[in-house]
Parts: sequence; C-alpha cells; structure tokens
Amino acid sequence: MIVAKRKPLNEIAEMLAPYKKVTIIGCRSCVAICLAGGEKEVKMLVSALKIKNKRDGRKQQIEGTVVERQCEKEWVQEIEDEILDSDVTLSMACSLGAQTIGDMYPKHLTFPGLNTGIFGVPEEQGVWSENCVGCGNCIIHTTGGICPIARCAKSMLNGPCGGSANRKCEVNLEVDCAWSAIYDRLKLQNRLDLIESVTPAKDWSASHSGGRRVIVREDAKLTQHQKKGKGVT
Amino acid sequence: MTEPRPKIVGFCCERHGMDAVVLAARSGKQFEVSVRLVQVPCTGRVDGMHILRSLEEGADAVFVLGCLEKNCYYDTGSIEGRKRVGYVKQMLSELGLEKERVEMFNAASSNSWVFPEIVAKMVEVVRKFGPVGGEKR
Repeated sequence: MIVAKRKPLNEIAEMLAPYKKVTIIGCRSCVAICLAGGEKEVKMLVSALKIKNKRDGRKQQIEGTVVERQCEKEWVQEIEDEILDSDVTLSMACSLGAQTIGDMYPKHLTFPGLNTGIFGVPEEQGVWSENCVGCGNCIIHTTGGICPIARCAKSMLNGPCGGSANRKCEVNLEVDCAWSAIYDRLKLQNRLDLIESVTPAKDWSASHSGGRRVIVREDAKLTQHQKKGKGVT
Repeated sequence: MTEPRPKIVGFCCERHGMDAVVLAARSGKQFEVSVRLVQVPCTGRVDGMHILRSLEEGADAVFVLGCLEKNCYYDTGSIEGRKRVGYVKQMLSELGLEKERVEMFNAASSNSWVFPEIVAKMVEVVRKFGPVGGEKR
C-alpha cells in the first residue's frame, strides 16, 4: 500500500493561515491503514488547528470529512459541495488524492497535508518498510521473491556491492543487505544456481525514468457509446 | 468579580484510576477548580482525538489517569494511554502550544493522595499558561 506521513503541523498551519474557510479531506484507504490520513487523523488535525486558532485569536472555519478513496473521482464527487464551499482544501490522502481533487476542480486550491512516502508493507504495528518502487518490470521470481531494486540502496542486479559487510548495507548499518537476504532465500528454496546467472542491464524506460506512465487495459475501457449511456464525459 | 476557575478534564480508567479519585473524594476535600471526569473502561481507550477535542471545546488542561503500568487491569492499557498522551503532546509542540496542558498519571486504588496532587499540578499549569485562548488566570 501507499504509506504517507503527516506534514509537520506548523507547516500545515502556515499553509492554511491566509484562508478563512478550510476543508480537510481524509481518505479511508491506504493512508487510513498507515495512520496518516484516516477519519481519526482528520478529526485530530481539525481539533489541533482549531486550538491553535483559538490561541492565536484567528477566525478560521475548519471542517473535516473523509471519503472512501480520494484517488477516484466518483468518491470525490460526493463531497463536491464541501470542497467548493471552502477557500482551500487540505488533502489528507496521498498525493494521488490531492491531485485528483486538483484535477477535478482546477480553479480551487488543494494543498497536501501528507508527505507521500513509499510502497510499503507493515513490518510490525507502526512500522512500514519499502519493498517495491514500481519499476514497471518485476524480476522477483529470479531473486527469491525479494526485490533488489527497492531493497538495495544501489539497486544492484547481480549480487551485492563491495560495501556490503556482515550482511549489512554500507549506506545504513541498520538495514540488511538485500543480496544477503536474496542469497538466504534462494538457498532455502534450493535455487542457489540462480545467483550465478547474469541479469542483463535493466531497461529503465518502464520505470519513472521513462516519463509519466499510464497503464491501459483496453477491454475495460468504455466505448464512446457506453460513456454516453453512463453520462461519462 | 471572582476570577474564572480553571477548567480541567480528566479521563480516568474505571479500575484503579477512578478508585483513587473516589477515595480522594471521600476525604471531603474541596477543589477551587472545575474538574470534569470522564470514566473510560481503560486508558488504552482514550484517544488523542478525545484529548484534543476537550481542549478545543474549552478545557484548559487535560489529564489521563490510569492504573500503575505494571499493575494495569488490562495489562498494557495504561502504557497505550501514555503513548497517546505523548503523541498529543508532540502535536501541541509542533503547533507551538504548551504540551504541559496534557499529562498522563498513574495510580493504585489505594493512592488517595494522587488525585489532589494531579489537580494541583494541572491548576499550576493553567495558572502559568492561562486558558487556551485568553488572558492568564
């Protein structure tokens, strides 16, 4: 899932200070699971900002609401009135949610309340770690199910770098060397021969380096006729 | 004109926390403050949302009172409560507000002196910083 982290509150307060009516919109999907922008976090932020305004003697109307998935227009449309009725919207979703609102209502101001972080998995309660960078060409069937692109600081494809020592990464000694983990996993699976096979240089054009990516599934797309029938423009 | 009394909200667990309050109340001690107590099943049930909402709605200070950490009725409830209080303190600090307005305390049922001490401490905090949105009391 997408893991995000709330921006520092002083930064948020500063961002919103010039506006009279603020709507804070959370999301019940990924950011609710990672405790950054769900219903509870929105309520806490609304309260905290109201307390700050009370202290500073600033008159600002702050409302909070939550949608099921902020990255999908259909859900955002349900709260259109609340969005357009405010001077500014603070999105407590990942950047996808904030940009969806921004694209839907380009004249309206939409600011981010979170810093979008990683594609992560929960390691334990309150800890999420990056296991995928969305490079667009998955190879984990050859690396024991462990991604060297995301988990190796240098995204090495053919074994560890010279800086790997005592199974730790030289970039951060707290982090396990990805290739050490890959070796262990392949050994466990009795597939150590794979570690000797050479992986050619990666084609990064499928990654973000190739520019903005769009994924299309033709059979799922609506035809012009279907769009007309559903009232989709 | 008499000066307004500090408004304090206390979330007390229904086990040791509330027992300690009741024991203190039986002593007949009067307090020159308005303390509104909210009984919760366990301080692990108290959320940052409740604490912040209390401050938003007019409380000058909020405390959470739970069992002693190694003697919590629900084992780790008061540890959870302390973590929530810590998170709210961090939020208040980020906004440049006084984190001392929110505190976590622990007591055993028999600790009749704890509640008066808590009230005294929170009153001192309110007298020092004043209400959230106004002059010092």
